[in-house]
Amino acid sequence: MLRHIQLDSSGKLKHLLSIEGVPKSVISDILERTNDFLDFGSKISIRNTSSLAGKSIFNIFFENSTRTSTTFEIAAKRLSADVINLNVNNSSTSKGESLLDTIDNLVAMQADMFVIRHSRSGAPVLIAKHINKVAPHIHIMNAGDGSHAHPTQALLDMYTIKYFKGEISNLIVAIIGDIEHSRVARSDIQALSILGAPEIRVIGPSTLLPDEINDLGVHAYSDIKMGLKDVDVVIVLRLQDERMSSPHLPSKQEYHQLFGLNQKTLSFAKSDAIVLHPGPMNRGVEIDSTVSESSSSVILKQVTFGIAVRMALMDLLGNG
Amino acid sequence: MDNLKNFESVKKMVRHEKIHLTGGGILGADGKIKKKEIFISGKKIISINDGDNYPNDFIPDLTLDAKNKIISRGFVDCSVKFRELIKNSNTDLEQELNAVAAGGVTNFVCQPDINFPIDKPGLVKMLINRIQRYRKANIHPLGALTKNLRGEQISEMAKLNDAGCMAFTQSNFPISDTLVLFKALQYASTFDFPVWLSPSEPFLGLGGVVHSGKCSTRLGLKGIPVESESISIMTILELARKLDVRIHFCRISSSRGVDLIRQAKSEGLRVTADVCVYHLHLTENDIGDFDTNFKVFPPFRSVRDREALTKGLIDGTIDCICSDHLPVEDDAKNLPFTDAEAGLIGVEFLLPLTLKWAKENGVELKKALSFLTVKPLHLLDVNLDDIQVGNTANICIFDPTKTWIVNSSNLSTKAKNSPFFGYELEGRVFATIVNGVFTYQEKI
Repeated sequence: MLRHIQLDSSGKLKHLLSIEGVPKSVISDILERTNDFLDFGSKISIRNTSSLAGKSIFNIFFENSTRTSTTFEIAAKRLSADVINLNVNNSSTSKGESLLDTIDNLVAMQADMFVIRHSRSGAPVLIAKHINKVAPHIHIMNAGDGSHAHPTQALLDMYTIKYFKGEISNLIVAIIGDIEHSRVARSDIQALSILGAPEIRVIGPSTLLPDEINDLGVHAYSDIKMGLKDVDVVIVLRLQDERMSSPHLPSKQEYHQLFGLNQKTLSFAKSDAIVLHPGPMNRGVEIDSTVSESSSSVILKQVTFGIAVRMALMDLLGNG
Repeated sequence: MDNLKNFESVKKMVRHEKIHLTGGGILGADGKIKKKEIFISGKKIISINDGDNYPNDFIPDLTLDAKNKIISRGFVDCSVKFRELIKNSNTDLEQELNAVAAGGVTNFVCQPDINFPIDKPGLVKMLINRIQRYRKANIHPLGALTKNLRGEQISEMAKLNDAGCMAFTQSNFPISDTLVLFKALQYASTFDFPVWLSPSEPFLGLGGVVHSGKCSTRLGLKGIPVESESISIMTILELARKLDVRIHFCRISSSRGVDLIRQAKSEGLRVTADVCVYHLHLTENDIGDFDTNFKVFPPFRSVRDREALTKGLIDGTIDCICSDHLPVEDDAKNLPFTDAEAGLIGVEFLLPLTLKWAKENGVELKKALSFLTVKPLHLLDVNLDDIQVGNTANICIFDPTKTWIVNSSNLSTKAKNSPFFGYELEGRVFATIVNGVFTYQEKI
């Protein structure tokens, strides 16, 4: 299934659409290669290379996100690739062109790689299946699709966790937030599971925890104190505005009171626990500034590592 | 009115052939296959014998060798849909009616078209005429229960019934106002018109595209919970208890749904149900990597639900099996799962998938075929026309053991929206006769 679409016949990664279907060895390889793109001096910085010189990478964003597209753009340019940014939702799709017609037009513009963000779960999978037929030399990277997957976010989260806390097989990890609608949560859970995390927890009101979460190998908690006990890593998810006015939640104030990560609630976790957040943060809702700016927070490092992880991935796909 | 007159004169011109079906087997009451010679003339079966007794002065226009084939009452499909029925070109409609005939179907129930709720008598007549012109199958149209299927005002059911609607439905547009639902059922019960309803709570599953469960969680797709079906069934049954109205539940998909209907039948309520043949085989797990050829309404649910549907058919809770045939163009399926159109072609798989289900569940052939013939005919309140002398010849001749690979070249439909392409199926329709005339013969 997803494995067959993402890997070529010799088992090499061809597209990154989701963590599901990617073998552990490939994930470990990407995390290992990330080190090649970082300089660990007094300050951690990105190491430029020319490994993708002459290659073209198209950022095709059907759903707006300047933040994510900028990260991919920086990563590509640091590899000396040429980058084109396409914000498609304002142009042809609104004129009625189908998704695959748009892709066909872009194929004709001779890119080596498409980075795709789409609001519909499964859109990059549909595109990759099509690309495998019409232009198999093009690599697809999923920059986030609906509620389904955000594999590059999961990879950078895993790299960040490993950098600060060592082997994931020794860690208890908790994810707080709207799991039901979160592609980050799904990809993080899959990555943690593949890398052997002994316990993965999700914390949130039951309205935001999917029914079948136990089938993903996860323990669900609606009490933040119990959920964070003995936890080594806390991943905080952004609570989207539209969720506040939906039947799922009464108000952001009540959510903040019960599930917001502040100094007090963070103290329920281990004293050396680290805090991650995929960004952008809703300060005062899911996380307080006292936490995001504390020594427990590794949020800014996630941004730096995120560029390096994406460089490693692009380098792997683009150079084979 | 002119169109009707022309149709009548065309009808008189068609010569009903004298047909001799030789070497085929009929399933007896004991379930055993007995070889019989069948003679058809002027629409009717005029003789069935062991081959020793030709009817007097019978010179057949056509003798069909039905050796090793089974001769059955023609199939009755409780749900066949044509999109854009009136707007589409005649070629497309003819192709789909060819598919119906190729499926061995002689009678089918047509849902009111999505773009075109059948809520006026003129539309019913237009629909019937348009279909009957091709003489491929007998149509039993469902009328809209409420005007425009909007769930606000009840439709003119008596006039629609006069024009040819045998029952009334909301198709896949559940009524959200319970008072309107109550009054619609009450009005239908005045005339004892059956009401066919697809049970779906209007808000619980809103926007959902798959079964709410393991698969929706894994794929990040909005789910339709089982409760959407069960709560709707409960509401309808509660009203049915009060009103003594005939209710037919269309396309049951869940174990809970089966339980509720079983209980209702044991109470003596006048309730019937059907299941789509695909739901007897497929579950949410088959969706795999967002394959839109598994996007249907109601969705494929869990293994437990599928097993309950089988049990429900075997114990009589569910009355019949239908194809829920709906051709969808490639463009409408080659989209992200949420945006793709729901629906599968199925009329040409109705027989082989029913036989496959029967084989896997130890159901004998006679009982399996009853879900496609006797039982749905009973729902339609029409003559059984089983294979007996004096009855109109509505017959399907099929080979139960013939294996074939599903691909576009051996299907009559031009649509490709089915997960069974490339699969080998067992059981194939050889010929179909509707009202004494061949509508389909397999090309060899």
